[in-house]
Amino acid sequence: MLMKLPMKETLLMVALAVTLLLLIQVMGTAYGVRVLVEASCYAIIALGLTIQWGYAGLFNAGIMGFVALGGFSAMLLTFPVNQGFWESDLSGELGMAFMKLLAAVLLVAAVMQLHRISVPRRIRLPIILIVLASVYLWVVNAFAPVSQSIVSEHGFIGGLGLPVWAGWLVGGILAGTLAYFIGHICLGLRSDYLAIATLGVAEIIKAFLKNSDWLTRGTLTVSPLPWPVPGAGDVGFIMGRALYLSVTAVLIAIIFYLLHQAYKGPWGRMMRAIRDNELSSAAMGKNVNQRRLEVFVLGCVLMGIGGAALATFNGIFDPTGYLPLNHTFLIWVMVILGGPGNNMGTIFGAVFVYVIWVMSEPIALFILNGISYLGDMWFAWEAPSDFTSRALQARVFTIGLIITLVLRYAPKGLFPEKIQQHH
Amino acid sequence: MNELVFFVNNVVISGLTIGSIYALGAVGITLIFSILRFAHFAHADLMTLGAFFAFFLTTLFPAAGPAIGLPTAFVMLPFAMALTALSAVYIDKAFYRPLRSHGVKPIVIVMASLGVTLMLQGLIRMFMGTGARNMYIDDRKGIHRIDLPFDLANRPLVLTDPQILLLLFLVVAVIALHLFLTRSRLGKAMRAMSDNPDLARVSGINTDTVVKVTWVIAGCLAAAAGTLLSLDVSLKPDLSFHLLLPIFAAAIVGGVGHPYGALAGGFVIGFAETLSVFNWSVLLRPLRDYLWFDLPANLSFVSSEYKITVPFFILLAILVWRPTGLFKGKVL
Amino acid sequence: MALFEATNVHGGYGGMNILNGVNMTVEADEIGVIVGPNGAGKSTMLKAIFGLLKVSEGCIKLRGEEITNADPVELVKRKMAFVPQEKNIFPSMSVQENLEMGAFSCKDSFAHMLDQVYGFFPPLADKRQQPAGELSGGQRQMVAMGRALMTEPSLILLDEPTAGLSPMYMAEIFERIITINKAGVGILMVEQHAKQALKIAHKGFVLVAGQNRFTDTGENLINDPEVAKAFLGG
Repeated sequence: MLMKLPMKETLLMVALAVTLLLLIQVMGTAYGVRVLVEASCYAIIALGLTIQWGYAGLFNAGIMGFVALGGFSAMLLTFPVNQGFWESDLSGELGMAFMKLLAAVLLVAAVMQLHRISVPRRIRLPIILIVLASVYLWVVNAFAPVSQSIVSEHGFIGGLGLPVWAGWLVGGILAGTLAYFIGHICLGLRSDYLAIATLGVAEIIKAFLKNSDWLTRGTLTVSPLPWPVPGAGDVGFIMGRALYLSVTAVLIAIIFYLLHQAYKGPWGRMMRAIRDNELSSAAMGKNVNQRRLEVFVLGCVLMGIGGAALATFNGIFDPTGYLPLNHTFLIWVMVILGGPGNNMGTIFGAVFVYVIWVMSEPIALFILNGISYLGDMWFAWEAPSDFTSRALQARVFTIGLIITLVLRYAPKGLFPEKIQQHH
Repeated sequence: MNELVFFVNNVVISGLTIGSIYALGAVGITLIFSILRFAHFAHADLMTLGAFFAFFLTTLFPAAGPAIGLPTAFVMLPFAMALTALSAVYIDKAFYRPLRSHGVKPIVIVMASLGVTLMLQGLIRMFMGTGARNMYIDDRKGIHRIDLPFDLANRPLVLTDPQILLLLFLVVAVIALHLFLTRSRLGKAMRAMSDNPDLARVSGINTDTVVKVTWVIAGCLAAAAGTLLSLDVSLKPDLSFHLLLPIFAAAIVGGVGHPYGALAGGFVIGFAETLSVFNWSVLLRPLRDYLWFDLPANLSFVSSEYKITVPFFILLAILVWRPTGLFKGKVL
Repeated sequence: MALFEATNVHGGYGGMNILNGVNMTVEADEIGVIVGPNGAGKSTMLKAIFGLLKVSEGCIKLRGEEITNADPVELVKRKMAFVPQEKNIFPSMSVQENLEMGAFSCKDSFAHMLDQVYGFFPPLADKRQQPAGELSGGQRQMVAMGRALMTEPSLILLDEPTAGLSPMYMAEIFERIITINKAGVGILMVEQHAKQALKIAHKGFVLVAGQNRFTDTGENLINDPEVAKAFLGG
């Protein structure tokens, strides 16, 4: 793989290394390692997106949602158990509510099958709608009092106290399951629809996590989340973070290796055939949508794992901390810059973009404070009071500009995927 | 009877208002979908941009409104529409057209529109800050409280000036669009391009002109929707965030490519929202003695924090049940 | 000066050339028919003439003026029209509206041209308001050709006008082509039903592998045994 690095890529790698060293120099090693760890988590997420876009041409605009699900799983599974809750009646009542939910789902599924006993369409549709509406109200009203009481008496239901890797694993599974449902509905249709649907699903996940105080403490946040390695308290900031970095780095290496193997093998060849010429692949009988669904689910699994790793590292689960800008569009820039489908390039893109992003805040403030100062000095211009928050919007603008410029001038990204030449 | 008034205020009037906003946005989306064949994600930000232009002009000429007897922002609306239309045409020329001439897949243009969204959001917030602004500078929002005759109820029906203006605008816009599409040469050329772009070109239709006209129409409608919504509520930079999903859902529900479908879709989504969020126990209160269960204080399908889920689930439902939409649009 | 002249035309899609030096001329009152085996480049030639794909080498002239690689919209203004083989109508628009679209580039009133087209294709007159997509195959073909006639072109390019039509409709379409031609419109058409097409042709061009194989009057080509051989892949 790394036989002979061509000129351009080598230069870019060197540029990245220099930037990192600069960062460490200016902000200190502990901070530098922290940035690297976060970048590595983003790299995992970006790998998820790169296979979705690069292998299957899918536009996932709701990355934030899957990342949030990963963080949520990390919190739910690894946070210490809330003994008070489990020992009280409320745990039983919550169980009842879930039972009702299950019953409701089964009832709806049964009603959907009414066409099998030849109930005519005109009656079927109203029945389905009435059942759906009443069952919905029934379940919602079952959960409402329980969740109220949980919040008032115990804060929230707490976690399950399981090991950290379980949280990360479940994060991937949860994200993948949701991806399966969304993908199943949208993948037969145009890719724009998937984009809209994922956009919506991300917002709903965020709204749900933010407002379900009984499950997540909502805006009050949950912390601290346990680490898979000794934390800063035990071995100091640098060591703790470096240990964490080794975990994520190993994870990335494993993922990279698995993806590479898959890519080289028959599955990868089929994916590329579909991507490059969908019509003829479909004509040859390859089930295009099924493959796409597989890639979509796999990509979201990675996003879930990355999101879990990120939340665990930050030690806090805060639903309002998931921003479409950071968690969706930044990842897109990472993938676009690194080259869609190019795993190495994506990892590079992730680290590079994240470092730049982190550095951009102090730099932007510095520049804009300078402008404000000069403006005051030269023109007696008084900056508005929320100048700094406005100024930071320049970053938003810049990201948008980068996306459009890269798309316009280098649609294949900085690391064009090398086309295997057959001689 | 009071309860019925409450219902009319919170469901019917609200539904008409938000439905009109969604309809105006969705028509723009569906036109762009049918002529340019991609989902324009930056559309909600065009609506915010239009509102921003109107706001900016209002601050420059605050006395214009009271002089005529209409809200200033509404007086400035034609100019805001023009500015937004120009911006839309320019954005297409700078960002989307180069990609089209490269023959990229439509999804890449969607990505570019995402980049445009971010740029617009950044720009608007840089100039406006992140807080909410009142669109009324030297005037106030006119609120009409209509009491029901014969003492049928104590509560009045509440209708605001912007709501009336919005409905009037919608009616005028729909008629104008209909006449344009069915009577004018350019309008028919638009329909032709939507049907068969290659043949349109071969027939001698200047596709560049049609594209420009599409952006102008979409931009004008977006500006109107954004401005009138901000007049009724307030101008917030994250307006687009709450509008994007509903207007897309409305366009898809109505059938992509059908302007009348988008219109209908807008009201479907709008009323679905107001109906779901409405506290039905208010209506059932007079009957509470006859019910076999206890009436909870709040019997709404969806609490207001989850309002965004309504357009989303309708969208999913339509994609499962009937992806071509109500009016059988093209699943392009 | 010939109405239409193509000299040594090379062109194709992407990198590959499908046309390798094609020559043809059509006079103002002629029907020219292009025939040949599949893949010979017949439709490609029409598309190359109408600016729908790039001509890499060679020269195309209309009324003596060079039009190689001109934009289709420009060519319509110069009184040339093209009827594609497939997707050649606007299905959701009425017959009348389809015809109106043909006249889009005309600045003046086109009412008289509408009358003329309905004169050429009487069945369409009764179905003015019907969506074109609801018509039968033959009627759709009439709409497609009518649309092309609206600018009063001097030359019409037809790509397999009788493709997929029943023999009855085919004969009718050929009849109408003759009528249109007699009214002063030059025709250059590609046809698979070679024999019937050559019967009405003033000039026939047999293309094989992107080059002219035989060029002669329609009648001579029909009677030529070698031409028959070319269709069997000679």
